[in-house]
Amino acid sequence: MIEFINVSYIHQTGVVALNEVTVQFGKGELVAIVGANGAGKTTLVKHMNGLLKPTKGTVKVFGYDTTQQTVAALSRRVGIVFQNADHQLFSDTVEHEIEFGLRNFGFSDDVVKQRVDWALRFFGLKEYANTSPMMLSGGEKKRLCLAAVLAWDPDVLVLDEPTVGQDLLHKEKLEQIIRLLLTQEKTVILVSHDIEFLWPMQPRTVVMSKGKIIADRPASKVFTDDYVLASARLINPQLVELSKRLKLSNEEVFDTIFTAKRWFLTKYRWS
Amino acid sequence: MPKIIEAKGFTFYYSGSTKPALSDVDLSIDEGEIVIIAGPSGCGKSTLLRSVNGLIPHMYSGTYQGEVYVNNLKVSEHTISEIAKHVGYVFQNPENQIFMFSVERDIAFGLENLGLPRDEIRERVDWAINLLGIREISLRAPHEISDGQKQRVAIAGVLAMKPRLLILDEPTSLLDPLSALDLINTVNRLHDTLNLTVIIVEHRLDLLVSIADRLVVMEDGRIICNDKPRNVLNDEKLLTIGVGVPSVVRLQHLLKDICSFKTLSLTPSEFVEQINEALG
Repeated sequence: MIEFINVSYIHQTGVVALNEVTVQFGKGELVAIVGANGAGKTTLVKHMNGLLKPTKGTVKVFGYDTTQQTVAALSRRVGIVFQNADHQLFSDTVEHEIEFGLRNFGFSDDVVKQRVDWALRFFGLKEYANTSPMMLSGGEKKRLCLAAVLAWDPDVLVLDEPTVGQDLLHKEKLEQIIRLLLTQEKTVILVSHDIEFLWPMQPRTVVMSKGKIIADRPASKVFTDDYVLASARLINPQLVELSKRLKLSNEEVFDTIFTAKRWFLTKYRWS
Repeated sequence: MPKIIEAKGFTFYYSGSTKPALSDVDLSIDEGEIVIIAGPSGCGKSTLLRSVNGLIPHMYSGTYQGEVYVNNLKVSEHTISEIAKHVGYVFQNPENQIFMFSVERDIAFGLENLGLPRDEIRERVDWAINLLGIREISLRAPHEISDGQKQRVAIAGVLAMKPRLLILDEPTSLLDPLSALDLINTVNRLHDTLNLTVIIVEHRLDLLVSIADRLVVMEDGRIICNDKPRNVLNDEKLLTIGVGVPSVVRLQHLLKDICSFKTLSLTPSEFVEQINEALG
């Protein structure tokens, strides 16, 4: 669905933000993009709806070369929710913010009304429908950005640092939304530092460092590899650290606290 | 132990709101403590911080009852700039705080505004640069340094003012995990070296609980827990209100009915030690 072929992106200042990146993202996949600040994660993502065009190489989205498409046309299929909500919000009310994309993509009045209503309820924003987005808290603004993008039902959803400023209940809700989208065969791409959030979902994990992809494997093979972790300024999630301290093999590493519970019950014959 | 913060029955309503943002808050923090303030979005954490650094009641209009004291100064009776001499505040996004052409100039900015003599400014800037280990970037422009470095520059700028209290608002949320860990270790070191009081607002507790003396949990404008992290995390109700309880703690809650642990472990290493001790 999204294909990067030998893509480099060089800023006007000469800084190489992406260096010969080749990677593909398929239908129904959950992919985490991780790496240090400044590794090129956001630059990579901005190529997915044509906001940035490669300096060298090709990016294809649903088979179309992004240099031949408008950002609007690509965004209809690839919805990106950026890290800083303030860069994305501009309407006078929360309701109009959600409407904006739908109207631009030419949905009928009925559908617009229905989807706005759904999004307001689903994200707990109903009471703010007529409030200015600027009056919302940081966490609420992020939820509004997500609501506005999900409302037009893109095939690929890209979330850049979605858990920043979100408390545990909203993170759990976000995880449910992601799982729901995956059941509908949507592709979900997460850029995140929040390893404790990512780990239980066991995404395919693309690790970036200095503009290159240095690993592209299942989470269980990334977060147990100390060399890759150090190169990308990552650390072990707590359950991985626990598994290592219990001297478990890489195959036995706990993915969730429930797996860990089962292991303890069996190992120590607790019941 | 002298108190650095004392809130007594503090209630605050933002203008136009009928619901209090803070409700009858009593909080007393001793000099030299590291305190984490946690709680779900909208629970009043930011309002509490604003009441400590004087933005409430001086900048945000509203009505209040009760009082907040910082270093024995009644916040409502002193200007924000007077309170700022005691309270160093580091914002979540350091970009909101760093704006000069070089790191060094940025650290000097607050001191220049205090009207300090040139030599003292130079001395304090040097001191803060050494303290945070940012000598090699001191002549760089803020946009040329990493987010982790920006966070250090923001802290250096605040510490150069020699406050007794350092407040950090979600300091690790924008950092990669290793930079987050480095920052927490730095804060712990500063606390030890300077006997600094530190208040950290955080959703995620996994990296922080082991350095904190106290964990304060808020919900709906009230303080609902206020004790040592180990005691607070022992309470299962935390799991239902939206606090980012570390996985290793959640696991112990899951196992509680099956195996009783002597104390709650806060980190994987403590937990494994305890298991080995108990079961061999």
